[in-house]
Amino acid sequence: MPRAATVLRLGALALLIAFLAKPQSFAPLFAPLAQYGAPPIYDQGNLLSLALAQLGTVCLAAAASTLVAVGLGVLVTRPSGAQFLPLSRTLVNIGQTFPPVAVLAVAVPLVGFGEKPTLIALFAYGLLPIFENTLVGLKTVPGAVLEAASGMGMSARQRLLAVELPLAMPLILEGVRLSLVINVGTATIGSTVAAKGLGEVIIAGLLSSNTAFILQGGLVTGLMAILLYDGMAALERRLLRSVALD
Amino acid sequence: MDPLGVVLVAAGAAALLFLPFVVFKSNRIVPGNPCTLAQVLPAWGAFGCAAALALAGGGALWATNARVRLLLALLGVVAVGAAAAAAGDALTPPGDRIVRIAPGGAFWVLIVCLGLLATDATTRMRPKPAVRVLFLALSLAVVGLALARGTFDHLSVMREYAVNATRFAHEARRHLELAFGSLAAAVVIALPLGVLCHRKPRLKPGILGTLNVIQTIPAIALFGILMAPLGALAAAVPLAERLGIRGIGAAPAVVALFLYSLLPIVANTAAGLKRVSRAAVEAAHGMGMTDLQVLAGVELPLALPVILTGIRVVLVQNIGMVTVAALIGGGGLGAFVFQGIGQTAIDLVLLGAIPIVTLAFAAALVLDALVEVLDVRETRQP
Amino acid sequence: MITVEKLTKRYGETTVVDEVSFTVERGSITVIVGTSGSGKSTLLRMINRLIEPSSGRVLLDGRDTRSEPAHLLRRRIGYVIQGHGLFPHRTVAENIATVPRLLGWQEARIEARVRELLTVFSLDPAVYAQALPHQLSGGQQQRVGVARALAAEPVVLLMDEPFGALDPIIRAKAQDDLLDIQGRFGTTVVLVTHDMDEAFRLGDRVAVMSGGKLLQYDRPAELLVHPADPFVSRMTGLAERAMRLLSLITAGEAALPGAAEGPAVAPTATLREVLSELVWSGADAARVVDADGTVRGRLTVAAILARGAP
Ligand SMILES: Nc1ncnc2c1ncn2[C@@H]1O[C@H](COP(=O)(O)OP(=O)(O)O)[C@@H](O)[C@H]1O
Ligand SMILES: [Mg+2]
Repeated sequence: MPRAATVLRLGALALLIAFLAKPQSFAPLFAPLAQYGAPPIYDQGNLLSLALAQLGTVCLAAAASTLVAVGLGVLVTRPSGAQFLPLSRTLVNIGQTFPPVAVLAVAVPLVGFGEKPTLIALFAYGLLPIFENTLVGLKTVPGAVLEAASGMGMSARQRLLAVELPLAMPLILEGVRLSLVINVGTATIGSTVAAKGLGEVIIAGLLSSNTAFILQGGLVTGLMAILLYDGMAALERRLLRSVALD
Repeated sequence: MDPLGVVLVAAGAAALLFLPFVVFKSNRIVPGNPCTLAQVLPAWGAFGCAAALALAGGGALWATNARVRLLLALLGVVAVGAAAAAAGDALTPPGDRIVRIAPGGAFWVLIVCLGLLATDATTRMRPKPAVRVLFLALSLAVVGLALARGTFDHLSVMREYAVNATRFAHEARRHLELAFGSLAAAVVIALPLGVLCHRKPRLKPGILGTLNVIQTIPAIALFGILMAPLGALAAAVPLAERLGIRGIGAAPAVVALFLYSLLPIVANTAAGLKRVSRAAVEAAHGMGMTDLQVLAGVELPLALPVILTGIRVVLVQNIGMVTVAALIGGGGLGAFVFQGIGQTAIDLVLLGAIPIVTLAFAAALVLDALVEVLDVRETRQP
Repeated sequence: MITVEKLTKRYGETTVVDEVSFTVERGSITVIVGTSGSGKSTLLRMINRLIEPSSGRVLLDGRDTRSEPAHLLRRRIGYVIQGHGLFPHRTVAENIATVPRLLGWQEARIEARVRELLTVFSLDPAVYAQALPHQLSGGQQQRVGVARALAAEPVVLLMDEPFGALDPIIRAKAQDDLLDIQGRFGTTVVLVTHDMDEAFRLGDRVAVMSGGKLLQYDRPAELLVHPADPFVSRMTGLAERAMRLLSLITAGEAALPGAAEGPAVAPTATLREVLSELVWSGADAARVVDADGTVRGRLTVAAILARGAP
């Protein structure tokens, strides 16, 4: 079973790379969907660079979400920051209640068109999974382990870096993974405010009623999300092994 | 001193000093003239607003009682709102329908800071679910009353509303129909699927895996992808067309939202059923309940809080995603958002975005409260 | 009366209950004991058809249990499990009313029955009827579990390690309650346990199971005196068998005519308890005295010891 899944994954990856590198060779496949002599493959920009741009935006937003969410998670689980726990929980929850499109739209007048509003929307939307998982991860470190660490003379800082964060790492990474996958799809909406990304392809398809474009943009985005999810999962398993956890 | 209070007061004060309270625009599109609070209000008005804000700030810094903090924060919100409304009245020449008075940076920062203060105070009070819903209803009623009275009529968003009033009602209703309609359809299908996942664990990875893959397809793409087959269906089956199924418009949006809605409900139904005490289910069978009686009388009621959590996720997600449906002619409040983006008319964007955010927030709050009530009552294991 | 005939359950290649046959007299308590995994629960659950047997059959008062739909059969049979399985979302009264409601009893009758049962189990209806299960203590929850099983006046009560989750003192009380209630309603009880003391304390008859087979089905004293299998004597405990035997006989049964000095014991006390009392007080004999003070006879150490030998 796992063998078959690996083969499937590698196949999907190969397909994605092949399509992004040489999209024109897939033209016959999409031709039936493009009516009235419309081009079957997106021709108003380079698919590869659009995909990379979208991936870049998503990763940047995820990095920012991770930094803030983990920082916040660490802060509110220290004795000095415990009083902020309920508030930050509420805020991060509200962050995910705000629809990304609405955040996007409202951010435009503040920061202008382009990547920035998308980054803001993705950042806000991605906070919750990472923050929640960081909290659970840090709070479920066994008390005995912490006691032992203190007993061996570790300072609070050493304990955090050498014991708590490594033990919470699997959960934190899972949060990052969730957040990344949600945001790969959400990022396409950014193209409505002129962010570079595969949303451009989809919107071009919507505007010209060209299903071939819509399908290309959608499938490439979906494949990227799935592969990213799987890739992160594999990475997590490696990391898990290196911290000798189960 | 309260550390959060220090940050909020500093931010609020800086905003009042350096950002415009309102922006005066001679028409809808042009960039406007920034005005400070003192410039736009009569002296006593500015003084009153400043006094209220000072009280709120003082509360934020020194008050320890959460109720006091909440009351002072609300006082601040009312003062800022009233000031903005008064500024709109003062700056609009009588009978003029072209100038736009838009709330400026200071207004928004103050609202956010006061909102945070109120949120913090509410969180500290740990209100019961019913109280939270009541508080929400009260706040909405106050705002609704002010809107109905025309308090904010001279502010830019309400100007935009006045122009679009009939369309607004229509799009708002459409927005709710799309969000709740697809949710209802999803519940009807997802509940049995969730039960199936629970009863036949072998099917679970397949079902959840498929639904997971659907989630990775971006919303606008799924809308677009569905347009072609639905269009074909309408062309081939006259009945389908008469039922309103078309390649463009609401049908692909509803179908797409329905597909997205399945995963959280199916997954949570299965998870909720798994959480039900095995002893209770065994006892139910042992006492001679039929399969259906066990499911309806024991398993589903006990799984309900978890199922509702899934429904909450879906509802909030749908309210947001319906916005995108406007791109394929599905209507809804997103129509204002995208029209506004297209015309770089921020007021129009806000006319769509503010109700969307309010709806999502209210839905989340009400369903969270419901889940909490049920969870306390029903699933605490004896 | 329950008649179990060559009851067998196989899962694939493994046979977890192997051609088990026995008969339970009306109004008696049968206890099934055995190590964990020996097939006790499976056997019990085949009686109310929560598990369908691979072969063999069960007769309830002479009628094959398969002659009616399983769920209707189960409404006539009470069922109590470890951890009681109360419905956490229903009140105590609603929990108890479950089967009467399924049977379509009149509301007034249901209410009367709920009150009766709560009173019998010393739970004040005014306090507990509307309580939710999580508001009760462990012992109270367990009693509600038994009350619920008895609600529709079943002829048979099946219990699967019903007292397993209770601490020793509450467990002893629950066992006394069960004996009391069984006497009052005359219910036929089949109870599963892995606790030998419980088996000896409650069982009119004890069925010893091992590896899916019924090794012996007999009166408790017979298990001690004539074990059918070395496993049975290991289960009953060689080191304690004399004491176990003594614990099966009451002072009233064994009392010899005549008066004696020494401590007074109740006729319901077991010989084991009387012996313990005698060792403790250093006396040679005890007086068996009724609750109203009538002397029923005497018990000497020698007489007691004689009863402890096969
Ligand atoms: N559904 C099943 N499939 C396969 N084996 C089972 C099943 N149910 C029970 N068993 C096996 O049957 C044996 C007896 O189980 P059970 O009757 O529960 O034992 P007991 O109650 O005496 O502890 C155990 O070894 C158990 O693993
Ligand atoms: Mg068992």
